[in-house]
Order: sequence, then structure tokens, then C-alpha cells
Amino acid sequence: MSDSPGVYVSGDIRSGSVAPRVPLRHNPRFRALVSQLILLIVVLWLGYELALNVRSNLRAQQITSGFGFLFNTAGFGVNQSLIAYNESDTYGRVFLVGLCNTLLVAGIGIVLATLLGFIIGIARLSPSWLLARLAGAYVELIRNLPLLFQILFWYLAVLGTLPGPRQSLSVGGAIFLNNRGLLLPAPLAGKGAGYVIAAFVVGLLATLALMVWAKRRQARTGARVPSAWGGVFLLMTPPVVALVATGFPITLERPELRGFNFVGGIRLLPEFVALLLALTIYTAAFIAEIVRAGILAVPLGQTEAAFALGLRRSLTLRLVIIPQALRVIVPPLTNQYLNLTKNSSLAIAIGYPDLFAVFAGTTLNQTGQAIEIIGITMSVYLLLSLLTSALMNWYNARTGMAECR
Amino acid sequence: MTRTIFLAAVMVLVAATGTCAQTLKAVKDRGALICGVSQGLAGFSNPDDKGNWTGFDVDFCRALAAAVLGEATKVKFSPLSAKDRFEPLKTGEIDVLSRNTTWTLSRDVSYGNFAGVTYYDGQGFMVRKALKVNSALELNGASICTQTGTTTELNLADYFRGNNMRYEVIAFGTADETVKAYESGRCDVFTTDVSQLYAEKLKLTNQNDHVILPEIISKEPLGPLVRHGDDQWFDVVKWTLFAMLNAEELGISSKTVDDALKSNQPEIRRLLGIEGNFGEQLGLSKDWVVRIVKQVGNYGEVFDRNVGAGSKLAISRGLNRLWTKGGIQYAPPVR
Repeated sequence: MSDSPGVYVSGDIRSGSVAPRVPLRHNPRFRALVSQLILLIVVLWLGYELALNVRSNLRAQQITSGFGFLFNTAGFGVNQSLIAYNESDTYGRVFLVGLCNTLLVAGIGIVLATLLGFIIGIARLSPSWLLARLAGAYVELIRNLPLLFQILFWYLAVLGTLPGPRQSLSVGGAIFLNNRGLLLPAPLAGKGAGYVIAAFVVGLLATLALMVWAKRRQARTGARVPSAWGGVFLLMTPPVVALVATGFPITLERPELRGFNFVGGIRLLPEFVALLLALTIYTAAFIAEIVRAGILAVPLGQTEAAFALGLRRSLTLRLVIIPQALRVIVPPLTNQYLNLTKNSSLAIAIGYPDLFAVFAGTTLNQTGQAIEIIGITMSVYLLLSLLTSALMNWYNARTGMAECR
Repeated sequence: MTRTIFLAAVMVLVAATGTCAQTLKAVKDRGALICGVSQGLAGFSNPDDKGNWTGFDVDFCRALAAAVLGEATKVKFSPLSAKDRFEPLKTGEIDVLSRNTTWTLSRDVSYGNFAGVTYYDGQGFMVRKALKVNSALELNGASICTQTGTTTELNLADYFRGNNMRYEVIAFGTADETVKAYESGRCDVFTTDVSQLYAEKLKLTNQNDHVILPEIISKEPLGPLVRHGDDQWFDVVKWTLFAMLNAEELGISSKTVDDALKSNQPEIRRLLGIEGNFGEQLGLSKDWVVRIVKQVGNYGEVFDRNVGAGSKLAISRGLNRLWTKGGIQYAPPVR
């Protein structure tokens, strides 16, 4: 490509000439501008030709394009939906159902993988020989096995061996575990339940206020306020009082075996659990390595200084090492979050109805609108990834220390 | 550098260009037919222990190759999942999709032309005998496994809604995953076309613990699919099926075809190309039907060998009997 301007300037100074007389076609800035302009025109022309080509081909095959299909009736069932859905809803609704399911598994997966990853990563650096080796074995085993294999393992080899609904494992007749999922009692809100919820919110706010006050006071005076028990008291009292006062309006609906399956309660699908387990455990192995690298990147002197100040190991880790390590950890952590979200599309192998399975799978097949549906699905994953990146960049900018840059 | 970009641009444009209408010529020039089949469905398209493809859908492709190329062996099989079966046809990667595909209005409009019905099927249910279910109407509240990207999903929803029954559907990407989930007990019911239920039942560890319920909840006419906009190729595929049906109706089988060549029956003489130029009209040679029947067999032979009495599936002909024998298989005359 063209030479950088710096080379010309230094050359001119050395030769001692006053005004460089370079013909326009040798002017590096002009050349750079022209070559980029040509590239831009070629790219635009390519895009235009592609669009034109696609349109004429679609027309030749008599395929109607457009997004009108989103308003047509879908007609098929989906077994997990966070929003109200039935077979007479539209493909547009199916898209939302799939999106919610993807967000659910990715969101919970990211939180759990981060927690597990930090624990394993720190455990790898533990002075305990056994703990460090166990964590090391976990990382090496998990990150070297294909994710699809792990998903199928959890689904078929672990959850698939659970007994059928009629032989469910049961805890106190309220919680049931079988090969149709985990069934939990569902809270049913009766009259006056609003007061209990309001009281809970009040308790939560009071606890937060206490924590903030205690922290500020410690920062100001150095004296620690034993706020833990006060916090528990503030958190628990208002809702309990409200419960008693309103006569226990919140009841639990127990799942009940009726016919083939349980009815009532909350059900976690085995597909969801298997996918969540596999994504969490797999991604945690990578996060553990990132955390370990981040901690090792903090100079040993920091630890020694903290110990010299009399801080315990746990406090050293929490107050000195981790905050500094985060600056190294956060950027690669973003990658893992993006990977987890994208990997959730492997759900189709075990029939979890995520965006890819119900929209880019069933909907595409039923409508034949390949270009539109793949376009939408791609944009969604792209948007999710960009949002995650933006969020993590913001967090990174906040946690990074300016003077260390 | 600009040159590289230009070359790349040209390549992208060439790749994005649609296929032309000349499938028959393309197949003849290539010397091989590329046929989309399933990834393994006993009786329809399934590789045997030596890796040879066998089955009803496979034999149809062989018959087509015999008619067009003269040799039933000149077929390349391309295994496709239910979900991804239509795109390769659209893009021209395969010449014909012979993959137990149900003829529906929206598929006819969106994906191509159905060249007839090779097999009249219907959707049914398989359950464990231990559940003591005798009718599909007793399935209220059941968990049901099915394969995604099929008409099955829609029929299932219609049937349960129509009968005011609750159900839970778990839709898997491939047939194998679906069957595995049914076998592990994740579902009470496995639903798909009845022919496929018989085929998948063979793969289960304890075949006799399972029963196929009597209800047929849908019409599933299965047939080969070709691209839109190529009438010549559409005709060739359509008439390959009709030729097989007509051969059975006229009593011409792979064993009797040599004798039939000496027949003085005008219908037989026309079908076998002794009289008239019907093969040429299709863009084939005169003896196209002789090759089909000699190398692959007539409709009845293909049915018996793959799914009927002569096979492990042992499905009765039912609706697929010829119209002369109480079924609905009927082919227009060659004249």
C-alpha cells in the first residue's frame, strides 16, 4: 500500500528542502483517499449486484419475499414459553417465544458460568494441593470435550436415566424429579398478596440503606459496623409481619400427577436443565483459565504487601487481587459470554425450543422464507453480541484504573 | 489488489447466480443423477451394512437414472435432514428430492413441483404397551416427541386442539435424536408417518413393548419433488413414476419384461417403446420403460422389496394398491 506521510517528512528534513514538491499522484494522502474510495465503490457495487441478483432469482423461482409471513398463523406447539403462546398465534409471536427462551438460558448460563468459573479459577491457585489439582483436572477435562457431546451427555446419559413420572423421586410430596423435568410448588397469590410483596420491597430497601451507611461509616471512621444480622432482621421482618397480618395470602400450589404427567406447579424442562448445565460447565472451564491468568498477572508484591498489612488471605483476594485482576479478566470474559450465547443455538440437538430451533428451524421450514428468517436470526445474535460487548466495555472502563494505563 | 477484489466479486456473483432450467441436459452431461434422500429411514432410504443405499425412495431415484442415463447405478445419494431438505433442491445441489416428503399446498408453492405420489401415508402414534393406551383419544396430557421441520408438528397441534386435549411437544433436529428421546422415556408418544413408525420400531431395543395406535390423523401423500421452472425435467420424473405404475398394471415385471417385449398388446407395445416415440417425446430413448423395469422393477416389486411383504417392515399395501385392486394408485395412460 501507499507509504505513510511520516517517511516523506523525515526524508524532506534530511534533504533540507523547504517546500516538498510532490506530484499529486505521488501524494500519499491523496493516494490513500483514492484507493479507499475505489474500495468503497467496489463494495457498494458488489452489495447492489448481490441484492439485485437475489431479487431476480427469487422472482424466477416465484418466491414471495418480505416480512408478511410474520403475521401468519404458526399452527405448531412449543413446550416452553415465557410469554403466553398457543398454536393459533403468529410466526412473529414464535420469534418472541424463541428469543425469550434463548435469553433465559443465556442469561442464567452467564451468571452461573461466571460464578463457577471464578471459584474454579481461584481454586486452581489454592495452596491446597488437592483442591488445585482437582480444579486443574476439571478445566482440562471439560474444555477439551466438544460442547455438543457434553449437551447430549447431560441430556441422554444423566437426565435420561431418571425414572418416569409415575415413579418420580419426591421430596416431601412437594418437589418431584423425573424424566419430564423438575417440578416445584408454584406460589399462588391470593387477596392481600400485594401487601406482602410491598413489605418485602420495603425490607430490601432498608437493608440496602443499612449496607450503604455501614460502608460509608467504615470508610470515614475505619470502624466496622456489624451490619449482617441487622440486615437479615430488616429484610425478614416486614414480609413476615405482613404475611401474618393479612392471614397468609400466598399459598403454594403443589404439582400433582394426573394421567401421563404432572399438572400444576413450576416445571423445569430436562432440555433446559441439560442445556444450562452443559453451557455453564463448559464455559466455566474457560472462564476459570481467564481468572487464573488475571490473578497471575497481578504482581506478587501486591499479595505480599497485603499480607504485610495483616490482611487475611480471603480479604487479600477480595480487596487487593481481584479488583486489579478484573482489568485483565474482563475483555476475554466478554468473549466467553458471547460464545455462551451463540453456543445456546446447539439447543436444537436436544429439542430445547430456543430462537434457532423454533424460528430458524421450524418457522423457516414451514414458511420457506429462508433469506428473511436467516437475516432476522443473524441480526438478533449480532445484536445480542454487540449489546453484551457494549455492556462489558462499559464495565471495563469503569473498573479499569486510569493511572495504570 | 484491485484485481483481486474484482476476481473475488466475480466469484461471489457466479456463486449467487441461480441454476438454469436445463436439469435433464445437466444430468446427462454429468453422467450421474444427484438425488436427495433421508439420513437413514428403513424401507425408504437407508444404507445397508455394505454402505449401499436401499429403500423405496432410493429405488425411485434408480428408476429415474435408468430412464435418463440407461444405468440404474448412476445415482449419487445426498442424505438430508427433514429440516434442511428443501434448500439443496432450490440451489441446484440435487436434481430431485426423493425423501418421504409430504405434498402440501405451501410446499408445492414454496419449494417446487411434486411429481406424483409414490406412497400414500398418514400420521400415527406409537406408545409403550405398558401405558395401556388403546386410542389416540386417550392421550390427553401426554408428552410427545416429533421431528422438527415436518408436517407432523402441525397435524399434531391440529389434532390435539381439535379434540380439546392438552399435550407437550418436544421437537428434535433429526429422526435418531427423536427416537432416542422416546426410548429414554422422555416422551410417552412418538409421532410421525405410519410407514416411518414401522421403520423406527425395528430399531428399538424391545420392539414388542411398543404398539402403533389405530388412529391415522392426517393425509400424508409422499412424493418426489423437483425445482420450479423446468417443465421438461418435471415431466421426466412424473412419467418415471407413471411408467412403474403402468408396468405393474399391465403385468410387466423385471422377470417378465423380456417376454412382454414380444407381446402384441398395443398398450404393452406402446409402454415398452415398440410402437410410438413416447420416450423421445420426453427427451429420453425409446426403451426407457424397459430399462426401468429390468433394472429396478415395477411399482409393486419396489413396494414389496422395500416396505411390503418381502421386507422386514411388512406393511400391507392398503391405499397403495393399484386402482384396479381397491387402492388409489392410478397412472395416466401412455399414448
